[in-house]
Amino acid sequence: MLRLSNVRKIFNAGRPNEWVALDGVNLVIEPGKITALTGPSGSGKTTLLTLMGCMARPTSGRIWLDGQEMTSLPERFLTQIRRESFGFIFQQCNLIKGLTTLDNVMLPAYPTGEPFKSLRQRALQLLDLFSLTPKANAKVEWLSGGEAQRTAIARSLINDPRVIIADEPTAHLDTHLSNEFMEIVQQLNREGRTIILASHDPLVHQAEWISAVVMMRDGRVEEAG
Amino acid sequence: MNSWIEKQRNILDFTLSCLWRRKGKNLTFVIVYTFIVFLLASVMFLTDALKHEAAFVLKDAPELVVQRTLAGRHELIPAAYIRSLSAIRGVAAVKPRLWGYYFYSSLKANYTVMVPDGFGHKEGNILIGRGIARTHDIHKGDSMWFARSDGSAANFTIAGLLPTESELISSDLILMGESDFRRLFGMPEGYATDLTLTVRNPKELTTIATKIVEILPDTRPIIRDEILRTYEAIFNWRQGIMVAILFGALLAFAILAWEKASGLSADEKKEIGILKAIGWETSDVILVRFWEGVVLSLTAFVAGVLLAYLHVFFSSAVLFEPILKGWSVLYPKFRLTPFVSIYQVTTLFFLTVIPYTVATIVPSWKAAIIDPDSQMR
Repeated sequence: MLRLSNVRKIFNAGRPNEWVALDGVNLVIEPGKITALTGPSGSGKTTLLTLMGCMARPTSGRIWLDGQEMTSLPERFLTQIRRESFGFIFQQCNLIKGLTTLDNVMLPAYPTGEPFKSLRQRALQLLDLFSLTPKANAKVEWLSGGEAQRTAIARSLINDPRVIIADEPTAHLDTHLSNEFMEIVQQLNREGRTIILASHDPLVHQAEWISAVVMMRDGRVEEAG
Repeated sequence: MNSWIEKQRNILDFTLSCLWRRKGKNLTFVIVYTFIVFLLASVMFLTDALKHEAAFVLKDAPELVVQRTLAGRHELIPAAYIRSLSAIRGVAAVKPRLWGYYFYSSLKANYTVMVPDGFGHKEGNILIGRGIARTHDIHKGDSMWFARSDGSAANFTIAGLLPTESELISSDLILMGESDFRRLFGMPEGYATDLTLTVRNPKELTTIATKIVEILPDTRPIIRDEILRTYEAIFNWRQGIMVAILFGALLAFAILAWEKASGLSADEKKEIGILKAIGWETSDVILVRFWEGVVLSLTAFVAGVLLAYLHVFFSSAVLFEPILKGWSVLYPKFRLTPFVSIYQVTTLFFLTVIPYTVATIVPSWKAAIIDPDSQMR
């Protein structure tokens, strides 16, 4: 379970361009559910996702993951939690150009010290799961939008995380690919994973399989339920 | 332990794929870097090898040489002077030396001809340096023709080639017996080119030199240290030019390292952000950059040092020829005895590989300690 208590995030604090991205957010994300964060651009959805995923620290407030307080942990432990507990699917996919699809999927597991052979095997299985086997050795810049998205999902799963965080996952996908993505999300949820999505795409946050919707505006939670 | 090794292997594997995907940029960089190391190493090898040669030349040089002068010019010295010099207190031995130069007009080459102590070969036999053997394409047992001072021809048999320990001094050297030497140059009996003195106490050299001028005012005593100083004066002047090259190369290297240290591109920063976001630690990111720096700089270092070795010791430092030409104690064509000190190579390593590697790590470390979220935005 993820719990946030009075979380604030201020960018460029003390400077003329100071900006309050999150302002006193209190929130509970239930395990094994699909939670959608929604709201207009600049409402703080992405910032909230990055804080929950340990990619940044809040300016103030606290975040707990399964009862463990994360905000005061040293960087090293935070990285370990990020690697072991969270899988990220970014809006722009954020695949590393110049590397193959297979390399990109294996990348999050490199620092774990897993033997290369077994790691490669697992990565190939994931690629097969997402029908990407023929593209295993293709450079990621040659992939179509849908293929790149599925590669990003495969990458997020390589360390078998409990929580999947996806930021505007359907922003660059057409309806067909969006539906395909949502099928995958439901499948991951059926496997017991917690899913947190940030999206202002009605196709996503109004879907019947969404367990909870969190409405955000101006850095605050307007409605959660 | 196994997992640590696997982690290093995985990270090294990623580093190599990173290097490969930027192969054009990296190759250009390695070429420039190699050239700089090549210049630095060439200057280091050359100056050190020359010093080594100079030390070798002077190792067996006599402590004191006495020459006769006439109107300020070097003249043949009468053997009778030996008795006067031997009488000076502190002089252990006086020996006459016979040496001179022979100009081989057909090849426009000037050779040094000497009569060594205890030349153990028969009359009509000579020993020659390898440079002469190469130029004339002659070998042991072949003949070599000379023109005597009276214009008649003299035929000598090559009894052997001089050892290669220092080609700088033996390359153009011809050794022959005393009678052959006198006949070739028409030098009268009872005269020598100069005299060499050994003294009992080297501290008395200056006093003995003063006495020599008093007893024989038409002579000029030359102390070994003076020869050494002359060598050093000439050498240091040339070395100054070398140092200028060295400085230029170091400056180029500094610019190269600075360019690398001054920051990362937006793409590189974003990539670091992605790696951090998907679970890489700051130390893992630094490790990738460290390996990148090591692979690039070590490749350039090894290539540069090897090329410099070939350049200095096999092509006679052909790129530096304009600087070396005209140096009165060096010949345009010579082959230095390979001499590389570990100290020098280590110095060069610490001057190039270490600063570059550090220069690559610092900006990556700066980028890696920032929240991945900020790097990716």
